[in-house]
Amino acid sequence: MNNSLVVVLVASGIAYGTPLLYAALGELLAERSGVLNLGVEGMMLVGAVMGFWTVQRVHANTGVALAAAIVVAAIIGAALASIHAFLVITLRASQIVSGLALTIFAGAVGLSSYLGSDLNLAGAPAAHQLTAVFPKSMQDWPVVGPIVFGQNVLVYASWACVVLIWLYLSRTRPGLNLRAVGESPAAADTMGINVTAYRYAHTLVGGAFAGVAGAVVTLAITPQWVDGITGGAGWIAIALVIFAFWRPELCLVGAYFFGALQALAPQLQARNISLGPTVLWTNALPYVMTIVVLVIVSSGTARSRLGAPAALGVAYVREER
Amino acid sequence: MAAAAAPAPAVSMEGVTKRFPGVVANDGVDFEAAPGEVHALLGENGAGKTTLSHILTGLYRPDEGRIALYGKPVEFSSPREAIDAGVGMVHQHFRLVSRFTVAENLVLGDRRGAGRNFHIDPGAIAAQVRELGDRYSLPVDPRARIWQLSVGEQQRVEILKALYQEARILILDEPTAVLTPDEADTLFVTVRKMAEEGRTVIFISHKLHEVKAVSDRVTVLRAGKAIATVRTADATPQSLAELMVGREIEVVTREGHAHPENVPVLEVEDLWADGDRGTVAVKGVSLTLRAGEIAAIAGVSGNGQRELAEAIAGLRPCTKGTVRVKGKVVHNGDARAAFQAGIGYVPEDRLGTGLSPTLSISMNLSLKSFRRESLGPFLRLHAMRDKAVDAIRTFGIKSSGPEQETDELSGGNLQKVVISREFSAHPSVLIAASPTRGLDVAAVEQVHSYLLGAAEEGAGVLLISEDLDEILALNDRVLVMYEGGLTEADDRTSVSEIGLRMAGETPSP
Repeated sequence: MNNSLVVVLVASGIAYGTPLLYAALGELLAERSGVLNLGVEGMMLVGAVMGFWTVQRVHANTGVALAAAIVVAAIIGAALASIHAFLVITLRASQIVSGLALTIFAGAVGLSSYLGSDLNLAGAPAAHQLTAVFPKSMQDWPVVGPIVFGQNVLVYASWACVVLIWLYLSRTRPGLNLRAVGESPAAADTMGINVTAYRYAHTLVGGAFAGVAGAVVTLAITPQWVDGITGGAGWIAIALVIFAFWRPELCLVGAYFFGALQALAPQLQARNISLGPTVLWTNALPYVMTIVVLVIVSSGTARSRLGAPAALGVAYVREER
Repeated sequence: MAAAAAPAPAVSMEGVTKRFPGVVANDGVDFEAAPGEVHALLGENGAGKTTLSHILTGLYRPDEGRIALYGKPVEFSSPREAIDAGVGMVHQHFRLVSRFTVAENLVLGDRRGAGRNFHIDPGAIAAQVRELGDRYSLPVDPRARIWQLSVGEQQRVEILKALYQEARILILDEPTAVLTPDEADTLFVTVRKMAEEGRTVIFISHKLHEVKAVSDRVTVLRAGKAIATVRTADATPQSLAELMVGREIEVVTREGHAHPENVPVLEVEDLWADGDRGTVAVKGVSLTLRAGEIAAIAGVSGNGQRELAEAIAGLRPCTKGTVRVKGKVVHNGDARAAFQAGIGYVPEDRLGTGLSPTLSISMNLSLKSFRRESLGPFLRLHAMRDKAVDAIRTFGIKSSGPEQETDELSGGNLQKVVISREFSAHPSVLIAASPTRGLDVAAVEQVHSYLLGAAEEGAGVLLISEDLDEILALNDRVLVMYEGGLTEADDRTSVSEIGLRMAGETPSP
C-alpha cells in the first residue's frame, strides 16, 4: 500500500516541495512589506553551497553539524538580502533590477559556483544529511507512515513556519503593521510605524528563509554539491507566492503540488509506465506556469485583483513634494 | 491691571523655517493656537500650509525654529512622537490602507486601546470603534473595508482615527475639498463640537467662506511667511483675500445668459462609457452646447466627469451613443478625429495627459498641429520655435525660453501651455476639466479670462469643476454629474440646489 503511486507521490511531493515552501514563505514576508526580491534563486544557491560546506568541514556529530549548516545558510541568505535591502530601501533603486542583479551575482555562474569550486566541494557525497526523524516502525504505518512520519526535521519545521506566519499576519499587531507597510507606507508612516525598519527586517528574514531553502536541497534532497543544483526553484518560489495570493497556507499547497510534479517522472520510470513525451510536460510544467503567471502579474490591475500588496515594488519617500 | 496668567497656548510655533531644494516652504513662521479654538490657516496653494502642518505632525523636521505644546517645548523626530504628544492630522489625501477594515486602520500603531496588545482581537477592536463613532456621531461600520466607503465616509474614518489616538490638537488639511456642500456643513458641526470639548482644531483651507464659517481666528500664510493673524469676526472675505494674495483682486464674474438662438456646436446623445476599472462610468448622458455658451458641470470628483470629458474628446471609446460637432458625427474613440472636428481639450491631469513632460515647450505646443506644419517627414523647428515665442509672450508663460522642458514649469505655467495649444487651433468646442485646480489666485484669474474669451469668440465651453465658486462665477448653465448621470439645475445660481444634486437628490419643486 505504501508503494502505491499516490502515496509515494504525496510523500516525495512534500520532500521535494520543502525548499520551494521555505523560499516562498521568505519571499512572501518580503513582499508583504512591499519589497519584491527576485534574488531568491541566487540566495538559495549560496545557502545551498555554504550549508553543504559546513557539514563537510565541521567535525562534530550529525545533529550539531546539520544545525550549524542551517544557521550558516540562513545567515548567508540574510547577508545577501541585506545588499538588496540597502539598494532598494535606502537607495531606492529599482527592485526588479536589483533583484535580478543579485541572482546573477550570486547564482549559477556567479558566487555560488565560485565558492563550490574554490572550496572544492564538488564530487563528494555529504558527510551528514537530514534523514527521517521517526523510527522505521512508524514509517511503515499504512499511508500516514511515509507521508507524515517519513520526513526530515526541516519539513516539520516548515509546517510550524506556515502556521506561525499565518498567525503573525492575521492575528498580531506587528503583522498588521507589516501589512500596512506593504499596502500603504504613507498611511503606516503617519501612524508612527517605522516603514524602513519593517522593510529591512522582513527582507532579511526573507533572505534567511531562502538560504535555508537552499540548504534543504544539498542536505536532504540531493546530498551533494553540483553547480546550479536548485535548478530554478527560486523562480518557481517567486511565482508560487503569486499563485498563493500572498497567503502562507496556500504556499504550502502550491509547493507540494510542484514537488509532486517533480517526483512524477522518476516514479513513472521506476514503474515502467511510459507516457512518452508527457514526461517532458510534467517536468516543464512548473516553469511554464511560472512564466505564464509572471506575464499575467506584470499588469498592475491583475496584480491588485490577485491580492498583491498595493505598494509592492514601490520605494517609499516621505519628503516628496 | 495685571493680567491673570493666561493658559499656555495649545500650539506655539516660533520662527519655523523649512527649506526644500530650491524653495523655502516656511520662512520664519510664528503661529499660535489656544485650547478650544478653531484656528484657520489660510493661504494659496504653495503658501506653505501643508508643510507647516507636516512639521507639527513630525513628518518633516524644521530647519530652524521652536515648537511648544501647552507650554512645553517639543522636538519631534517621528510621527510617533507627535501622536504621543496628542497631535492628530487628517491629511488632504487620506492616509488610509484601502484594503484594511475601518477598525484595522484605527488600531494601526495603537498604544492605548484594544489594539495595543500583541495579539489582535478583531471583535474587541470593532466594539471600541463603534462606541467612539457613536460618541461623536460619526457613524461608520468598523468592519467595512475602506475601498467600499464613499469619500465622505473615508474622511470620517480619518477623523475617528485622530480621536481614537486621543488627539488634543487636530489638524484638518483642506477637509472640504472632496465633500458636497451638505457634507461640509456636517463636518463643520463636528469641528465645533471637538473645539467645545477643549480640543484645538487647526483648519487648513484656501476657501474664504469656509474659514469665515468655522473658525475663531485666522492666520494667513503667503509665500511661506505668516502675514497676519486676525479674529475671524473682525475680517471680511475681501480683507482676507487681499492678505492672502497680497494685492487687491478682481473677481471674474459673468452675467449668465442663455443662447437659444446660437447654433449647437456640440451634441452628445445617450453617451455611455466605461471607467478604468471596467465599471460603467458614464450612463446615458445627453447634452447640447451652443456657440458662445459656457456650460459648467459640477459634481464631486469620481462621478464620471473625467470619463465623460475623455469620451467626448475621443480619448475613451464610447460603448454607446454619439458625439456630434456642428452636426457631424465624430468617429468614436478617435482623439485625432475629435481634434480635427474642432474639439479642444484641457485635461484634468495637465502634466500626464495634457503635455509630454520631457519635451520642450515648443514641441508640446506643436503636438497637435505638426502634421499640417511639417515639410513631409521633417519638422520645421524654426517655425515651431517662433510660434512658441509668440505663445510665451501672449500668454505670459514664465519660462527660460521655448526650449525649456515642460516638467520644469510651475502648475500655472503648465496650464498656460496647454491652453495656448488648444486655443491656437481655434476650437469650436472647448472642454476644460478642473482647469484651475492647484493654481494660485493670479493664475486662476487668467485662466478664467481665457475661458471667457473663448466663449466670446464663439466657442462652446464645457467647464468641468469641483470648485463651486468657479462654477458660479462663469456659468451660463449648470449641469450636475452624479454617478454617471447628468441633470441640469433649474436655478444656475442656487448653491443649495446644486449641492442637493451633487449628493444625488432632486430638489422638490
